[in-house]
Amino acid sequence: MKEEIIVSGKMNQGIDPVLSVWPWEVPADLFLAGLVAGILIISSFITLIGKRKNYPIAANRAPVFAPILLIIALFLLFLDLSHKLYFWKLYTTLRWESPMSWGAWTYLFLTPLAFFWSAINVKTAFPNWVWPYKWIDSFIDLIKVYRIWFAWAIMILSLTLGIYTGVLLSAINARPIWNTAILGPLFLTSGLTCATAFILLNCPKKSNEKSMFCKISLISLGIQAWLLIHLVMGYLSSDLAQVNAAKLFLGGEFTTSFWIIIVAFGTLIPAFLHVLYLRKIKIPIIIPSILILIGGFFLRYIIVVAGQISHWKL
Amino acid sequence: MRYAMAIDTKKCVGCSDCVVACQTENNVPIGYCRDWVVEATNGTYPDLQLEIRSERCNHCSNAPCVRSCPTEASHYGKGGIVLVEPNDCIGCKACIASCPYDARFVHPEGYVDKCTFCIHRVEKGDQPACVSVCPTKCMYFGDAEDPNSEISKILTKRKWKTLIPEAGTNPNIYYLI
Repeated sequence: MKEEIIVSGKMNQGIDPVLSVWPWEVPADLFLAGLVAGILIISSFITLIGKRKNYPIAANRAPVFAPILLIIALFLLFLDLSHKLYFWKLYTTLRWESPMSWGAWTYLFLTPLAFFWSAINVKTAFPNWVWPYKWIDSFIDLIKVYRIWFAWAIMILSLTLGIYTGVLLSAINARPIWNTAILGPLFLTSGLTCATAFILLNCPKKSNEKSMFCKISLISLGIQAWLLIHLVMGYLSSDLAQVNAAKLFLGGEFTTSFWIIIVAFGTLIPAFLHVLYLRKIKIPIIIPSILILIGGFFLRYIIVVAGQISHWKL
Repeated sequence: MRYAMAIDTKKCVGCSDCVVACQTENNVPIGYCRDWVVEATNGTYPDLQLEIRSERCNHCSNAPCVRSCPTEASHYGKGGIVLVEPNDCIGCKACIASCPYDARFVHPEGYVDKCTFCIHRVEKGDQPACVSVCPTKCMYFGDAEDPNSEISKILTKRKWKTLIPEAGTNPNIYYLI
């Protein structure tokens, strides 16, 4: 028997009986940040390899939505702060040991770039688009010349943002579910998968781009499934704290949500539907795409919530 | 200089005087506490061992809360005491999530709060409030790097343990066993 009882009535809000300081806002922010990172990585990559004309939706249309999603993500992060009026203190210092710090700086540099990138692409994506002022047109023509430089900067910052969404959690040693190096690559891959789903939702009914992104999505889902398996294997082959924490997904309270929502509906079923689509069986692409996006959100949500419950105390 | 605290689990009776003294001294809001008392039972009936511990922030020398803070609001003060500067804290709660001892909480005013080893008293040469009120004198506080301090002597003489040492935080609260 090993039992510990707090006898002094400690019941600090958000801490006891189990930690719950990051409810839905942080997972939603991580999801949107991952999605934006994925969209921008794909768009900048296509630009850098000079295939913009072959993949107009991924290269031009999807990134138009990126700054809007990024602003929503930033707003969610702001909503989560409990000392909101002091948020500007984030930008008075840069601390490399703190993922929250370099993540905030990444947001700061990526957000204006995402706006410029969206502005550069909006007329190609939506030919009827008209800017209200002439000077905006002239300004965009001016910065269009530097498209490749923008692509490089966006590629680097988006990769950083995508990895940050996982490292924010994995750097926290106190919570065994989070303390695994796989979260960075897993969340980055999931972000890319969600971006392919977003692109597929925007693709016209029959196009080469749709088939290509169906294939890319399938590969990405395969990597995601591989990383999910290694996530669980990593827990089980680690110390007792992580072995106990893994029980939350293996018979514990998150078993159903992890295996049904994330693994089955968020990964395996969309992969199966993609295979059917590629074999010319009529599948509305909206179904796997929506499943991927829902699975992407719940991946972050369940990991964040379960991580707060997991603890070193055995 | 490295401030540390030693708590004698053989003498502690779990009266919670330390908890009340801390709340009074530091104006801790109602419903919150910076220190608390844990009763830990180990073994199988009838061979049971009871340990009573007064717990608080461990003022770790390798504090994950200080590392995770994006604004340097969480920092090391005099003698390695881990402190939070309310006017630098944005309330992101990364430090709360990073603490394996669950020693921090969000103050109703929005910033993160925790034990300060009563630094305002220590700077005047007094003991922290919890130490000064303990009826069984089970708590020792002082500079663990000064070989002549009471805490250094007792840590040399007695067997001790720290909480969750495997987390690698180098805590500065020692439990005499």
